[in-house]
Amino acid sequence: MNAIARRLGVGWLAAPATAYALILFAVPLALLLVGSLRTLGGWSLAAYGEFLGSAYSWQVIGRTLRLAVLTTAICLLIGYPAAFALARTRGWVQSLLVAALLLPLSLSVIVKAFGWTVLLRANGVVNATLMALGLTDAPIRLLFTETGLLIGITNIFLPFMILPIFSVIRQIDPRLTDAAATLGGGPLHAFLRVVAPLTAPGVVAGVTLVFSLSIAAYVIPNLLMGDAYQTLSTTIATSFLFLQDPQKGSVAGVVLLLMSLVVVVASVVLGKRVRGGGA
Amino acid sequence: MIRPSPAALLGSALAWTMLGAAIVFLLAPLVVTVLVSLSPSPVFALPSGTLSTRWYERVGRLDGLLDSILLSLQIAGLATAIALLLGTPAAIAIARGRFPGREALATFLVSPLMLPGLVIGIALLQYFRALGLVEAFPSLLLAHVMIVLPFVMRTLTAGLTLFDFTLIDAARTLGLSWPRAVLRVMVPVLAPSFITGGLFGFLSSIDNYPISIFLTDVYHRTLPVQLLQYLGESPDPTVAAVSSLIIGLTVLVLILGDRLVGLNRMAGV
Repeated sequence: MNAIARRLGVGWLAAPATAYALILFAVPLALLLVGSLRTLGGWSLAAYGEFLGSAYSWQVIGRTLRLAVLTTAICLLIGYPAAFALARTRGWVQSLLVAALLLPLSLSVIVKAFGWTVLLRANGVVNATLMALGLTDAPIRLLFTETGLLIGITNIFLPFMILPIFSVIRQIDPRLTDAAATLGGGPLHAFLRVVAPLTAPGVVAGVTLVFSLSIAAYVIPNLLMGDAYQTLSTTIATSFLFLQDPQKGSVAGVVLLLMSLVVVVASVVLGKRVRGGGA
Repeated sequence: MIRPSPAALLGSALAWTMLGAAIVFLLAPLVVTVLVSLSPSPVFALPSGTLSTRWYERVGRLDGLLDSILLSLQIAGLATAIALLLGTPAAIAIARGRFPGREALATFLVSPLMLPGLVIGIALLQYFRALGLVEAFPSLLLAHVMIVLPFVMRTLTAGLTLFDFTLIDAARTLGLSWPRAVLRVMVPVLAPSFITGGLFGFLSSIDNYPISIFLTDVYHRTLPVQLLQYLGESPDPTVAAVSSLIIGLTVLVLILGDRLVGLNRMAGV
């Protein structure tokens, strides 16, 4: 058995999964691309011309990107320091906090989105709190606004930022910071020169995850904003489900797919550089 | 020990504040959902004084809920089993093999996780239509294997990279047959990766909306598709009760995962 395995090479064990992923993932995506380029007469970029020629489409693309950039930035601003604090905790406190991150992460997006529709209502908890604190006199409109959407979407993806950064920080020897401090230079200097570069792989992983998840987000924008707010994702869904315009949906799909691929490739390149140049 | 400087103190104060805020922020929608489900009020309001289970009593009368739960459980269970069967040998090949393009293959098999679900959904919709596959159940199952597989691949490849394969040879020298050596040595070490990948894959199949929405029909609605429909139709606190039940189930799954592998391992840390 061992001899056969050695002769064939263990690599063949990957054949079934690879075949499956080719047939049910790569080929369908390739055909989507082909379909978006086909018209009755033959091959044509007309559908792309039409989609990319409209100012509205660019608005949609810009909105999708802005939402993803803002979400990623907010998640990083909250998540980076939070991950440091989490790495300082020990024992059951840490377990409890990790559980508090894993629960929302594992929970259905629809359930969380529903929770936000309740929280963000004019007579909801957020407004009641703001009014009780005297921060506002009248309820602020949050549901169906971009602010409300950002709150909701950040909430969904924040654990994906904290966990990868946390797992990198945990591996840093705390004596390293102390050592850096004794070599002169303040704690800020030690942080910037020693700690920050070591956390870079976690940041790259977290940023990639949050960015690629948020450019593709559908359920949250759909529930918190409604149909009037179109991102690439909602354009794809409405084109297929309501407008019966698969051509437009396919084109928007390919555009979104290309954006995601750029993010993934960039993260692989960046990840290699960060690990390679960390010393 | 070095005395912390003001800058360091400020930094750690910031870190603790952010952690506290993050936890409150993350749990807020869950807590509110549970509270609303227990309120007697028919509008979404926090309970004031009295608690009521009236919305839970109405859960059973929701049209199509039970069917959608059963469908989602079947699809997720089968998809997870198939993904583990496909993924385990593939992960061994990637961890042990010395063939060209190994890293590219690993990236390829995890990539569905990073690509937009809606795009995979419309691609599969058109593909299945072109092939003449119109039945919802097989379409959903075929698609959901592809949802679970990346989770299995990611955790198993990571687990196998840490596994010392010479242990199998050692067990062989001690007289165990090859299959027994694998069973006794490799399976226990890999069990946590197996369980973690399986659980997260299972949960993400149960929760999938962007791919399922294109493959369901009137008689085959998965749970998320059905839930979103309730929210669109008649948002009353019954939905909050259903949501709370899902929160409870997720807590149970995590407790199970904690007992089996430990939460820290599940978090990938």
